[in-house]
Amino acid sequence: MSESEPPDRLARLGRRLDEARARRGNAAPAPGSNDPAVQQGMALGLRIGIEFVVAIVVATALGWALDRWLGTRPWGTISLFFLGIGTGMVSVYRAVAGIKMAVGYRRPDTPDANRQRAKERAKDKWDDDEE
Amino acid sequence: MAIELHPLHQFEIQRIVPLHIGGLDISFTNSALLMTIVVVAITAVTVLGTRKAELVPGRVQSVAEMLYEFVADMVDTNAGHDARDFFPFVFTLFVFILFANLLGLVPWSFTVTSHIIVTFALALVVFIGVTVIGFVRHGAHFLRLFVPEGVPPVLLVLLVPIEVLSYFIRPFTLSIRLFANMLAGHTMLAIFGGFAAAVGVFAIFPVAINVALVGLELLVALLQAYVFAILTCLYLRDALHLH
Repeated sequence: MSESEPPDRLARLGRRLDEARARRGNAAPAPGSNDPAVQQGMALGLRIGIEFVVAIVVATALGWALDRWLGTRPWGTISLFFLGIGTGMVSVYRAVAGIKMAVGYRRPDTPDANRQRAKERAKDKWDDDEE
Repeated sequence: MAIELHPLHQFEIQRIVPLHIGGLDISFTNSALLMTIVVVAITAVTVLGTRKAELVPGRVQSVAEMLYEFVADMVDTNAGHDARDFFPFVFTLFVFILFANLLGLVPWSFTVTSHIIVTFALALVVFIGVTVIGFVRHGAHFLRLFVPEGVPPVLLVLLVPIEVLSYFIRPFTLSIRLFANMLAGHTMLAIFGGFAAAVGVFAIFPVAINVALVGLELLVALLQAYVFAILTCLYLRDALHLH
């Protein structure tokens, strides 16, 4: 360790951070997996793919089981198949348009979403202050 | 050159310590071994990370703190402020799935979450738990979850079954999503690994693809744990606030 180094670990770390930031300069951060929007988008994309298929398969299986139980073949399978398609569409639509709404509801511009955005902004600011 | 491809061999359950009690096969399997390793690893990270709290956190402390803050923030924004009581549950779920996914990527290990019975059991715990919480908090009022407000009565005939069905489909979507992603990813890795063994000097191409795939699998492992936990939060929110 050379003599010019500040003895304090914290100060040294701070200086190294400053240097690293200066090197990066004003370059915009690369859109990567650190971006929460990208993360959430991917999570949503992975989610809705399976939603539709599973709804139909489970509903049809349920209809088939009901038919076997009640001896109403084939009406349970048929009606629950179509109900499954409806449920699948509703789930996908719901997942894309806003998660917590009930069927037939347009998600209002929720105070929740605004609050979350405000919170993120506040958090960013707080982080900046801390630096 | 006869090289046999067994891309699904990796998912086989093997008994390590055979154990049969009263006709029940409760052998200690490779799956159980990996779950034990997962639990031990999680305990090690959290205990070591919080034992000696420093102002400038070390590596382990950083990991423990990041996990805590990430899940705490997720519960707070997605399930509501009063869902804090359920933070330990969501944290356990998230960290267990995350570690199981990540440790499953280690060569010669076993991916616990690539078995539908494991993910379905986890999803069923969430489903039953959320339903019980809903009925405890709201009593019979919880059933209003299935009746959308402000809809003409004629449409209710169609919409209530859809709501009920979409509620009961939750454990299936939750478990199949995680299981299918892990199964598909690991099968793909094994297939390209098999190609590499079969084509001799050209093995560089499948190996290159596999390197990229491992990166993708790492992302999938993180994202699937995230999706599972965030959906648990959303279901909790439904049970606590009824939309």
